[in-house]
Amino acid sequence: MTDQTLIMLAMLAMLSPLFAGTFAGIGQTYLGRVGAHRLTILGVTFSFLIACCLASHFIVSNHATLDVTLYHWVTIGALKFQIGIWLDALTVIMMLVVTGVSLLVHIYSMGYMAEDEGYARFFSYMSLFTFAMLTLVLANNGLQLFFGWEGVGVVSYLLISFWYHKPSAAKGGFKAFVVNRVGDFGFLLGLGACLGLCGSLDYATWFKVASMPIQSTVTLPFFGHISSIHMICLLLFVGAMGKSAQVPLHVWLPESMEGPTPISALIHAATMVTAGVYMVSRLSPLFECSSVALSVMMVIGATGALFLGLVGIVQHDIKRVVAYSTLSQLGYMVAATGASAYSAAIFHLVTHACFKALLFLAAGSVIMAMHHEQDMRNMGGLKRYLPVTYMTFLIGSISLAAFPPFAGFFSKDSIIEAVQYSKLPGSGYASICLTLGAFVTALYSFRALFLTFHGRAPVMKSAPHEPVYAVLIPLLVLSIPSVIIGWTLVDTFFSTPGYLSLGLSQSVRAMGVLNHLHSETHSVWSMIGHALTHWPFILSTLGALFAWYAYSYAPHIPAYCARKGYAFYQILVDQYGIDRFYQWLFVDRVQALSQYLSETVDRSWIDRRMVLGVANTVRKLGALFRLTQTGFVFHYTAYMGIGIVICVAYAVLSIA
Amino acid sequence: MIPYLSLLTGLPILGAVLALGCQDREAWALRIAAGVTLISLVLCIPMVQGFDFSSSAFQFKELHEWIPAWNAKYAMGVDGITLPLIVLTVVTHAVIILTARTLVKAQFSKYLAVFLALQGVTIGVFSALDTLLFYCFWEGMLIPMYLCIGIWGGESRTQASIKFFLYTFIGSAFLLLSLVYIGLQAGGFSWAAAVKQPLSLMAQKWLFLGCLFAFAVKVPMWPVHTWLPDAHTEAPAAGSVILAALMLKVGAYGFFRFCLPILPDASRFFATPMLVLSLIAIVYIGLVALSQKDMKRLIAYSSVAHMGFVTLGCFGVYLITFNSGEMFAQMAMEGALMQMVAHAFGSGAMFLAFGLLYMQYHTRLIERFGGLAKVMPVFSACFMVFALTNVGLPGTAGFVGEFMVILGLFQGHAGVAALAALTLIISAAYTLWMFRRVFYGPIQHTAVTALQDVNGLSLGVLIFLVLMIFALGLFPEMVLGPAHASSAQLVQMALKSKLI
Repeated sequence: MTDQTLIMLAMLAMLSPLFAGTFAGIGQTYLGRVGAHRLTILGVTFSFLIACCLASHFIVSNHATLDVTLYHWVTIGALKFQIGIWLDALTVIMMLVVTGVSLLVHIYSMGYMAEDEGYARFFSYMSLFTFAMLTLVLANNGLQLFFGWEGVGVVSYLLISFWYHKPSAAKGGFKAFVVNRVGDFGFLLGLGACLGLCGSLDYATWFKVASMPIQSTVTLPFFGHISSIHMICLLLFVGAMGKSAQVPLHVWLPESMEGPTPISALIHAATMVTAGVYMVSRLSPLFECSSVALSVMMVIGATGALFLGLVGIVQHDIKRVVAYSTLSQLGYMVAATGASAYSAAIFHLVTHACFKALLFLAAGSVIMAMHHEQDMRNMGGLKRYLPVTYMTFLIGSISLAAFPPFAGFFSKDSIIEAVQYSKLPGSGYASICLTLGAFVTALYSFRALFLTFHGRAPVMKSAPHEPVYAVLIPLLVLSIPSVIIGWTLVDTFFSTPGYLSLGLSQSVRAMGVLNHLHSETHSVWSMIGHALTHWPFILSTLGALFAWYAYSYAPHIPAYCARKGYAFYQILVDQYGIDRFYQWLFVDRVQALSQYLSETVDRSWIDRRMVLGVANTVRKLGALFRLTQTGFVFHYTAYMGIGIVICVAYAVLSIA
Repeated sequence: MIPYLSLLTGLPILGAVLALGCQDREAWALRIAAGVTLISLVLCIPMVQGFDFSSSAFQFKELHEWIPAWNAKYAMGVDGITLPLIVLTVVTHAVIILTARTLVKAQFSKYLAVFLALQGVTIGVFSALDTLLFYCFWEGMLIPMYLCIGIWGGESRTQASIKFFLYTFIGSAFLLLSLVYIGLQAGGFSWAAAVKQPLSLMAQKWLFLGCLFAFAVKVPMWPVHTWLPDAHTEAPAAGSVILAALMLKVGAYGFFRFCLPILPDASRFFATPMLVLSLIAIVYIGLVALSQKDMKRLIAYSSVAHMGFVTLGCFGVYLITFNSGEMFAQMAMEGALMQMVAHAFGSGAMFLAFGLLYMQYHTRLIERFGGLAKVMPVFSACFMVFALTNVGLPGTAGFVGEFMVILGLFQGHAGVAALAALTLIISAAYTLWMFRRVFYGPIQHTAVTALQDVNGLSLGVLIFLVLMIFALGLFPEMVLGPAHASSAQLVQMALKSKLI
C-alpha cells in the first residue's frame, strides 16, 4: 500500500468513531437503542480492523515512520501549528490497544447497560472517547496531543458523571476534570517552553533539537537559572501526572469509580490513564536529555506503585480495589520510563490493558450478578454461581500478581529488572519500592478474589447467575491475551533491532537498558527459571499465600492485623490524609478566600466605598454648593463684589 | 462601488426608525428587523470575499466631508482586525432578532428598534477612521443600551442602568479630551494623521490615562469592573448577549486601535501595570466567580476574567519583544483578537441560553436549579458545549485565544504565563461547578420538573452557536486569516517610538 493509502486509513480509523458517536448521540430518537449500539460498534470495529491492517505494515513489515500534515490550524508567519498524523510501531500498538479494548467494552456494554435509560448516550460517549484517544495517539505535534489529551479528559468527565442524578457521580466527574486540569496546566506551560526552545510544536522538530546538545537556560522567579530542557520535561511530566494519576495528583482516580463499570475498564484502566506513559514514551528523545526529570519520574512512579497499592489492601469496594491496583500499576509503568526502559513501560501498558480491563469487566459481571452491590463484605462463595466470571477473574489476578507464564509476569519483571539496572539517583529507592510492591499486588488481588468468590455465600434473595453472552464473550476474549501475550511478545519488545525501538529514544542510556533486558529475557524459560530464585517472584508467592491464609483459611487474621497495627491501618484507610488535606486547602480554604474576595473586597471595598463613594462625594459636594444658591439677589451681589475685589487685587498686585 | 460600511451602519439605524414607527404593528416591525438583518448578512458575503487577506491596509474605504471647519471627515474603512468584529456584530444581532419573539413580549417594536440601532452604531464604531466620528458612535452605543436595561430589565433595573450609563459616560468624557488634543496637534481628526503625529512622552502619558479610563471601564478591567455584574444581572437576555459579545469588545478594540498605534511609548511605559491588572482580572475575578450564587452574576464575572486575556495579549507585546521575537508578540496579539470573537460565543451564548431558561423559570439563583439534565436533555447538551468553550477546551473557540496568549507570553516571561495559565484550573472549577449544581444532581424543586426542553427556533439558534464554537475551535484561520497582515502591522506600530 502506498503511504497515501496508509494515511487515509489512519484518518478513517480516527474519524469513524467520531461520526458513529456523533450520530448515535444526535439521532437517539431515530436510531433507538439497537441502532445506537450497532452504529457505534460498527465504527469501532472499522477502526480496529484498520489498526490491524496498519499493524501488518508497521509492526510486521517494519514500514518507515510516516509524518504527515493534514491541515494548518494557525499560521503566523514562520510559526505553524498543524493537525497531522504520525504513524510508527508505537502509534499502531496504541491504536490496537485502544480500538481493541474499546470494541470489547462496547460489546460488553450491550449487556451491562441494557436496562439503562441513557443507553444511546452511553454508546455515543464511548465512541467519542475512542475518537479523542485516537487523536491523542496519532498526533504528530504537541498541540494535537493536547487536543486529544483534553478531549479524553472531558469525555471521561461526562462518563464519570454519566449517572448525573447521583451527587457522588457528579462530584467524581468534577473532581476528575479539575485535578486533570492541574496536570494540563503544567502540560500547557511545557508546550510553551518547547515552543520557545524549538520554535515549533512538531515532534519532528523537537526530536531534531533533542538530538543535539541543549545549552539554553531560562530564568524563573524564585528558581533562578535552570536548564530549559529540565524545565520542559518536568512540566510535561506534570501533565502525565494528572492524566496517569501519579502521586500527588492521583486523587481523582478512585472517585472516577462512580462511573459505570465498562468505562472504568476502558478509560480508567486500559487507555486514558496510560496516556501519560504513552506521552513520555513518545517524547522519549526529549526526556532522555533530562536526567533530573527521569529521576523524578522514577521516584514518583515507584512511590505510587508501593504506597497506593497498600491502600488497595484495606478497600472494601471491589471496584476501588481494582482502581488502587491500577494506580499502583501505573506507578510501575512511570518508574520504567524513568529508568529509560520505554519498551518495558509500553509492554506493561499493553499487558495491563488486557488483564486490568479483564478484571474490571469481571468485577462488573459480579456487580451485575449481585444487583449493584459493590461491597466485598457482602459477597463470598460466588465461585459456584459464576464459574466463568470466576475463571476470568482468576486469570486476571494471576496475571496482575505476575506469576509466570501469565502476561503480567513478563512485563512487570522486566520493569523491576530495568529499574535495578538504572544508575540514576533514586533508583535504589525505586527498586525497593517496586520489589515490595510485588507482595502488595499479590496480596490485594488475591484478597479480592478470595473475598468475592470463595468462602461462605451470604444470604441472598435469589441465587446470582452468569450474565448474558454480550458480557461473557468480552471476558473470554480478554483472558486469552492476559495469558499468552507475555511469552509471545517478550522477545519482540526487547530484541535490539526491536520493532518498537523505531519510535522510542535510542540514546546510550536507553539502548543500554534495552540490551540488558534483551540479555535477561531472550529465552522465556531461562527468564522464568531466573525469576523463581529472585525476590519479586518470592514476594508475590508470599503475598498470594498470605491472602489465601488470611481470607480463606483463617478469617480472623485481617481483623487481628487491623487491631494490632491500628495506627497504620487508619493511615491506609485515610489514604495518607492526602484527600483530606486537599479538601481543606483547595476546597474549604479556596471557597473561604473566594467568599472574602467576592463579598468584602469586590462588593464592599471596590463597589460601595470606591465607586459609590465617588458618587456620594459628588452628591455631598453638590449639596454643599447648593447652599450658595439661595435665590436672594443681595447674596449674589455680594459674591460678585467679592469676586471683583479679588480680581482687582490680583491685577494690582501683579502690576506692582 | 458599493459603500458596504455605510450601508451596514445606516440600514439598521434606518430600520430602527421604521420599527419605532410601527408601534403596535409588531409583525411589521419584526419583518423590518428580519429584512435588515438578512440584508446585513448578505452584505457581509461580498465584503469578506472581496477582502484582500494579504494587505494590512484599510479596505472598502469611504471618505466624505463632514465638518470642514475642524477638518473632521466622514471616513470609514475596514482592516483585518475589524472585519471579524463587524461580521461578529451582524451575526450576534441576527441571533438576537431570531430569538426576539421568544425572549420578549412587552413593547416589542421598541425592543427591535433598540437592537437595530445598536447594530448600526456598533458597526460604526468598528469602521470609523476619523476619531471624532468614532467618538460619536462610541457614545451612541450608550443610549440604546441604557434604554434596553432600563425598559426590559429586572427588578432593580433603574439603578443598574444609571450606574452603567454614568460609569461609562464619565470614562468617555476623558476620551473626548484626549481625542480632541490629538486632533488639534495633528491638525485634523483622521486616524492616520493621529498615528503619524509625534508626541512627547509626557503628553502621551496623559493622553493614555485619558483613553485608559474610557476603554478600561468598557472592557472592563479590574478595579473598574463593578458596573458589569450589576448591568448583566438586570439586563434582559439579549442585552446581556450584546453587552458580552460586543460592548466589551469595543473597549478592547479601543486599546488596539488607539492606545497601541497612537500612543506607543506610553503603552510601553504603562505595559507592566496593564499586565498586572489583566492578571488580577484573570485570577482574582476567577476566584470571585467561584462563590457567586446568582447564575448571571457568575457568567458576568467569568466574562471579565476572559476579557483579561484580551488586554494581556494586547500589552503582552512589550513584554514578549523584550525577551523574544516579534513573531511571538504577533501570536499573543492575534490570540487576543481571537479571544474577543470566541468570548462572544462563550459568554454570549451562555447568557442567551440562560435567557431561554429564565423565560420558563423566573429565578437566577443557582440553588433553585438542580437536575436540569433530566428534564431538558437537549438544552443541557448545548449548555455543556458553551460551558466547555468557557473552560477553554481544545477544539472549541475558547481554547484558541487563551492558548495563543499563554504560549506567546511564555516567551516573554514564564511567570506571567504561568499566572495566566491558572485560568485552566480556575475557569474549569467555577464553570463546571455551576454546571454541576444547575444540571446534575437530583431534582430538588418541583418547578424544575415542569420545564420544557428547547425546540423550534431557539433550538436552531443554540445548534448554530454550538456549530460555530466547534468551527472556530477547529479552524481558527476563519478569524485569524484576515487578521495576520493587520496584526503584524499593529505590532510594528506598537513598537515604533514616536517621541518628538
